[in-house]
Amino acid sequence: MRLTDGEQAMLDGKAGAARQKAMELLVRYGEVLGAERFVDTNNVAGVPGSSSLFLRNYYQQQHGDSSYQAIYSLYDLDSEEIVPVPQVESYCCHLQGGMDPENWTELGMSREAFEHFREDEAEVAARGIQVLKTCTPYLAGNVPVKGEHCAWMESSAVVFCNSVLGARTNTEGRESTSAAALTGKIPDWGFHRDEFRYGSHRINVEVRVESVMDWGLLGYFIGYAVEEKIPVITGPIANTNLIRHKHFGAAAASSGGVEMYHMVGITPEAATLEMAFGGKKAIDTIWYGPKERRDMYERLNSIGSNPEVDYVMLGCPHASIEQIWEIARLLEGRKIRSGCRLWVFTSRSVKSVADLNGYTKTIQDAGGLVMTDTCSAISKAVPKGTRVVALDSAKQAHYLPAMVGIEAWFGTTQDCVHAALTGRWNGELR
Amino acid sequence: MTAPTIILRGRGVVRGCAEGEALVTRQTISGWGGIDPMTGTVIESHHELRGVSFQNKVLVFPGAKGSSGWSNAFHMTRLTNSAPKAMVFNIMNTKIALGSVVLRVPAVTELDHDPLTVIETGDWVKVDGDRGTVEVTKK
Repeated sequence: MRLTDGEQAMLDGKAGAARQKAMELLVRYGEVLGAERFVDTNNVAGVPGSSSLFLRNYYQQQHGDSSYQAIYSLYDLDSEEIVPVPQVESYCCHLQGGMDPENWTELGMSREAFEHFREDEAEVAARGIQVLKTCTPYLAGNVPVKGEHCAWMESSAVVFCNSVLGARTNTEGRESTSAAALTGKIPDWGFHRDEFRYGSHRINVEVRVESVMDWGLLGYFIGYAVEEKIPVITGPIANTNLIRHKHFGAAAASSGGVEMYHMVGITPEAATLEMAFGGKKAIDTIWYGPKERRDMYERLNSIGSNPEVDYVMLGCPHASIEQIWEIARLLEGRKIRSGCRLWVFTSRSVKSVADLNGYTKTIQDAGGLVMTDTCSAISKAVPKGTRVVALDSAKQAHYLPAMVGIEAWFGTTQDCVHAALTGRWNGELR
Repeated sequence: MTAPTIILRGRGVVRGCAEGEALVTRQTISGWGGIDPMTGTVIESHHELRGVSFQNKVLVFPGAKGSSGWSNAFHMTRLTNSAPKAMVFNIMNTKIALGSVVLRVPAVTELDHDPLTVIETGDWVKVDGDRGTVEVTKK
C-alpha cells in the first residue's frame, strides 16, 4: 500500500503506540484486500474494546490483564503487547451490545456481567466514543450523507448506509473499526470507489411489494439470489419508507451478504436503470413473483411446527419510534396472555421518546417490555423456558432459532402481537 | 504407491504453512450466527455443513457472507483452539480479508484452478501462504 506521510508517521509510532498498532493492522488488512491506499473517514461505527465475560476471563488467564486497554490492544488491534489506548481520532459511535442497562436480570445476566458492562461503558465514554448502543445508528443521531466515507460494522446498518443514504462503507468488522476509530483511516477499496457501486444483477419484481413483510420477503429472496452481489430492482414496489428499507436490507444482508442495492427510481444512485448499472449490462436477470414470495415465507416458517407461542420478539433491527407507536396502539388496553412474553428492542435514544410519549408504559401495562442496547440474538437471551418465538423480522428469524435452539414463526407485526395476546400463532401469507 | 499430488497456484494472503485434511463446501459461510466459535461448528439452519466442525481442518470454501461479526467469530475460534488449520477461498471481501488477518492461519486465494472442484473433503492439503500454493493429495 502507498501511504501518505501522515500515515507513515503513524505506522512508525510517531502518533503513539496504539495508533501504530492500529496502522499495522489496517495495512495487513488493506494488503489482503489488494487496496492501494487508505481513505480518510470521520464516521466509524463499531464496538471498540467492549468485551464479553469470556474474553475478559481469557485475557486474565493468558496475560494476567483483562482491562479495557488490554482487550482493545490484544483483541481489537490484534497486537502482541498491551498499549495505552487514547481518545479516538475519528467521530465514532458504539453499536449494539449484549445487555439492557435496566432490564438485565430479565435477560438472565449475572451481576458480574452487568458490572463488567458498566465498566466497559465508562471506558468507551471516556475515549469520546458516542454511546449509541444500537444497530440503527441512523435512528439515534448518526446519519451519514451521500458520498460520506464511513467505516461501519453491522450488516443491516451497512446496507442502509450505502443503499438508502448513498454514503460509502464496506462491511467492516470489530478489529478494523477499532483501528479506524484511532487513526481515521480505512482501506480505499470496495464501496468507497465509484466503480464498485454499480449493480451486477437485475431483479424483475412481478408481484406487488407493499407491506413491511412484503419488503422483508423480497429482501430475503434477493440475498439468496445474489449472495453478496449488487442487485438492481425494478417493478411494482410501493410505500417506500424507512421501516421497509430497514427490514429489506437486514433480510438481504442475512440470507446473502448484500451490502448495497439499487431500487430504480427509489434509491439515490439509481435514478434510472442505466445509472444503477453504470452503463454496463446485468450479469444475470432474476424474476421474483408470487411463487418466490410464497417460497420465502415458507422457508422463514420452516422451523415452526408448534403453534403455542411463548415469546414474541420485536425490534430487529432496533425499532423506530414509528414502530413502537404501532406496537403500543396494537397493545393499548389489552393484556398479553399469561405465560407469553413480549419484548421490544430499540436504542436508548428512541426509547427516551417512547417514554415521553407514553408508549413504554402502554406496552408495560399490557405485560410487555421495551428494552435497549441489545436483542435476543446478540445477547443470546430469550425468556426462560422459551420453546417457540414469533418474529416480524426476517433477519431475526434467520439467526435466532439456530443460535438458541428454539422454534420460530415469521409474520407481520400484527401477527406477532396477536400471538402475544392469544398465545397462538395464527399468521398466514396474505 | 504414492497418491498423485496436484499443485494450485494463487496469492498468499496470510503467511505461513500448514497442512491437514480438507473440509470443502460450495456454500459461503456466515461468521456470527453461522458458526459456534466455541467449537468451530457450522450452525446455520440450511447450511450443508450444519453440525460439522472445521477445527484443525483446512477449510476450503467460496468465501464469507452474512454479519459483520465474521472476523470476530473467527477471531474467537483462535482463542478457543477451534480454528481451521488453514483457509483456501475464492471470493475476496472485507469479511474474509479481516477474518484471515486476525485468525492468523495460512490463507491462499485467487488460485489458477477452482479449489472447490479440485479439492474434496478428506483430501490432504498443504497450504503455503508465503508462496501462495496449495498442494493437494487425493484421499
